[in-house]
Amino acid sequence: MSKLIRNNAVVQDDWTVVQLAAPAEETVRKQAGKVVIFKLTGEQAASAEQVAGTLIPATGKVIVPLAVWQARKKELASRLAAGEVGLWLETFELVEDLVASVPDLNSLPVIAVHFPRPVDGRGFTIATMLRTRFGYRNEIRAIGDVLRDQLFYMKRCGFNAYAIRADRSAEEALASLRDFSEPYQGAVDNPLPVWRRHARVAAAHAVTVGRTPASHEDEVD
Amino acid sequence: MYIYDDIDQRIVDERVAQYRDQTRRYLAGELSDDEFRPLRLQNGLYIQRHAPMLRIAIPYGLLASRQLRKLAHIARVYDRGYAHFSTRQNVQFNWPALERVPDILAELATVQMHGIQTSGSCVRNITTDQFAGVAPDEVVDARPYAEILRQWSTFHPEFAYLPRKFKIAVNGAESDRAIIQMHDIGLGFYLDEQGEVALEVWVGGGMGRTPAIGAMIRKHLPWQHALSYCEAILRVYNRHGRRDNAFKARIKILVKAMGAEEFARQVEAEWAQIKDGPSTITQEELDRVASFFRNRTYETLSDDVPAFNEKLASDKAFANWVKRNVHRHKVPGYRAVTLSLKPTGTAPGDATADQMDSVAFLADRYSFGELRVSHEQNLILADVKKSDLYQLWQEAVRVGFATPNIGLLTDIICCPGGDFCSLANAKSIPIAQAIQQKFDDLDYLHDIGDLDLNISGCMNSCGHHHVGHIGVLGVDKDGSEWYQITIGGNQGNSASIGTVIGPSFAADEVPGVVEKLIETYIAQRTDEERFIDTVRRIGVAPFKEHVYGEKKEAAHV
Repeated sequence: MSKLIRNNAVVQDDWTVVQLAAPAEETVRKQAGKVVIFKLTGEQAASAEQVAGTLIPATGKVIVPLAVWQARKKELASRLAAGEVGLWLETFELVEDLVASVPDLNSLPVIAVHFPRPVDGRGFTIATMLRTRFGYRNEIRAIGDVLRDQLFYMKRCGFNAYAIRADRSAEEALASLRDFSEPYQGAVDNPLPVWRRHARVAAAHAVTVGRTPASHEDEVD
Repeated sequence: MYIYDDIDQRIVDERVAQYRDQTRRYLAGELSDDEFRPLRLQNGLYIQRHAPMLRIAIPYGLLASRQLRKLAHIARVYDRGYAHFSTRQNVQFNWPALERVPDILAELATVQMHGIQTSGSCVRNITTDQFAGVAPDEVVDARPYAEILRQWSTFHPEFAYLPRKFKIAVNGAESDRAIIQMHDIGLGFYLDEQGEVALEVWVGGGMGRTPAIGAMIRKHLPWQHALSYCEAILRVYNRHGRRDNAFKARIKILVKAMGAEEFARQVEAEWAQIKDGPSTITQEELDRVASFFRNRTYETLSDDVPAFNEKLASDKAFANWVKRNVHRHKVPGYRAVTLSLKPTGTAPGDATADQMDSVAFLADRYSFGELRVSHEQNLILADVKKSDLYQLWQEAVRVGFATPNIGLLTDIICCPGGDFCSLANAKSIPIAQAIQQKFDDLDYLHDIGDLDLNISGCMNSCGHHHVGHIGVLGVDKDGSEWYQITIGGNQGNSASIGTVIGPSFAADEVPGVVEKLIETYIAQRTDEERFIDTVRRIGVAPFKEHVYGEKKEAAHV
């Protein structure tokens, strides 16, 4: 079990992330990006068999794979209405497809983004677009290979929940959300760039290069 | 140059603290090699052949004497007494200990320097013309925009983990010395018909194993939108760039695969959503940043300096140096000077700690305490009084930086190569040295004239071989080192990618091949024609014939 950070606190997680059924051995279908139709991205798309074979717990709050949701909406309709269905997507899936799959995006209490590797940066754009383009207001959760060293960026892009890997300290991860106090550029958490937040110094008032102005002789050693 | 305020300073200080903790966790076994790799790379630290290599950013190539002294200090205390200036206006140390890198970064932070985003799949150091602000052909000083872009791209949360590295270059002069067509994004600043600053946007250029000239996706962008437009480009790239194959992950591959028109259409659609938002640059912020680049107090001087003219007439060595290493300046009575880091027999771009201190001294005495690093791996004093040139030259001769070879065959761009870099297929520095030794006759060199000879030790092209008039690329064939020769590459406004002349050569053959290429040029050139012009006029065939014809004959003997 991984530990959950939500809104700057370590909390009990009452959601179950539903895993896609394992692919059959010989499955070699690849996902051709819908926007980028010229290439195979090399990522495995869920097969119809996988989608059909995915086990969804009969009760409780569930975060289901986008592909499963798209194919099996009917059986989940009443649970969605009860606020007990969230969705998760892979970084290669298109956020537009998720948005199109529900009449009201904000009927989803949680959307999770799966990071297959810490360096797969598509998740940052997915969260940014959910917040700024599609007006999503509820929980955006990072799942998968989530390390504390990416948390600060995730927070800035609109994530507010992080499933920290079970072998890592959630408390230490929490501290890393404060690694930087005053970022340069605007992002989801604060759209204003630093020059719109603060009056900054112009050249006439700047001191010099280096914190302690000194004659250059002091530097040579 | 730009000077940090408390906010800038806090950002680099917090970065040092963050990286110190990451290093501690790595050494304690809490972070695996794979987890630590992107973290150290985004602080400039590579694990290399002999030791880690630390790359330090020199934003758009601008350096204060105080910062150069700090680099000299680091070279002495943490390294082996020298540093290497790279083709991306950065500086590299080849022998730091991984455990001490946080201390090095802390030292750098005291002089407003860092290694942030000098490596890794993120927006790298932004580069520009080494003569920005002083070149007579400059229309717009692009440095304030480069600084605004630097701040915007530093720790940009959405674009810290792109499919691959991302290089932005800016240029505001008529002659493009920043090679903007060979970058992931190239921004060309100009004045539009209304006299307003605008930019043309190039995307998808680059060297590497798939060299490409960029495509212009927008002809006219008002300067206020520089950030939001870059954001739109990066968002399209971050979403759709390939991540399954590192060799096909650069934006140039995406632009090629989509087609430049379709790529431009998607960027425009994205931009329409974010245009006029808070990242729109305000006149106030532009003025604030620009103020740091305008606070020069030039003296009012005549450009006619009789004493200079006398020395020019009487001292041939000085005249040679002036011809190659001194450049025109927009202010009368001033000149820009290139200090050559390419004397025969040394690794191109290398400088010892003592030499760095000497250059810092020269910068203080002659050029407002500042200098620039060029992508040709030389150092520039940009604001020297014409009346000081003779004295400066004498001092530069004493410290070994006055080789009068700027733009000539021996002013070789060269990556560290197989002697240092674990990516390299072949050595590059010994090749550069052998060529320099072959062409050590100064009169002959000056007669050959303008010639860019660029050497890369592998297809990652750090030595810019694709845009060399003569390019040398190290390749690996069955475990031994070979060199492929291209001719006809060019940087600047009429950028082009060189053509391979034929099968590769062994290391000891390369200087001879270069000589044959030069002989062909000398035999075929018309008056005033540079090497590249001759190649473009007569094509590759005559060069090829001369090089391989004799090789074949030799084989028959």
